[in-house]
Amino acid sequence: MSFLYAAYAATWIIHISYLAYLLRRYARLRHEIQKLNQK
Amino acid sequence: MKRAFPILGVLTAVLLSYGLYEALVAAPTEQTMGDVQRIFYYHVPSAWTAFLLFTVNFVASVVYLIRRSVKADIIALVTAEVGVVFCTVVLVTGPIWARPVWGIWWTWDVRLTSTLVLWLIYVSYLFLRRFSSSGQTPLMAAVLAIFGALDVPLVYFSIRFFRTQHPQPVIGGEGSIDPKMLHALLINWAGFLCLAWLVCWSRYRLELLQREVEQTEALEALLDSRRSR
Repeated sequence: MSFLYAAYAATWIIHISYLAYLLRRYARLRHEIQKLNQK
Repeated sequence: MKRAFPILGVLTAVLLSYGLYEALVAAPTEQTMGDVQRIFYYHVPSAWTAFLLFTVNFVASVVYLIRRSVKADIIALVTAEVGVVFCTVVLVTGPIWARPVWGIWWTWDVRLTSTLVLWLIYVSYLFLRRFSSSGQTPLMAAVLAIFGALDVPLVYFSIRFFRTQHPQPVIGGEGSIDPKMLHALLINWAGFLCLAWLVCWSRYRLELLQREVEQTEALEALLDSRRSR
């Protein structure tokens, strides 16, 4: 059973890590847009 | 279009939750492997989704080479990136399943090795796009993607054409599958397809925005240099 749970957990860790990476990039981009608007 | 995004988000959450229930609770336990066989419901749909995304990447790359369309270029980039994520899931869940069933984490047979090569090709594709500053990068990436796509049918058909450690296909092959297992498999695939669509959509919008910001910054820099003269 531990192998089964490890596989399911690994799947979600990979997907959530990628979503977190996208959110971080989006936040950085919003910051850049704010800086451009201030100019 | 603005309404479609949250609707797709809710649909994805519902399908993945139902898929998880089907995979862990409703689907019958396989007689030989026991509960560890339930990894099948995540491993196989992830592989199918990765193959589909790499196929879309191939089509978008061909369209880019013919029309030099920016949209096609972005679609190629996005599908390669999300495809690599799904292919990573396949390469991680596969050995976790293999260890209790085969007694080994990995073997260099055709199916496993060609899948690893496929992953490496698309990782190199993403590195090329990330680190090359040449104006020809989309063109070189499109050509690489076409060569990469040649590996997709090799991976898919390898278990039919070669003797491998990997099991034969249970759908469209000689094997058979319990209807309840097939139901759980298809629900999970639908869930992962919706997730892939949702993530590709978000990544596409992010890339569009990124390129707009880069263009604006370049324009600003040009105007600044003219003002300073």
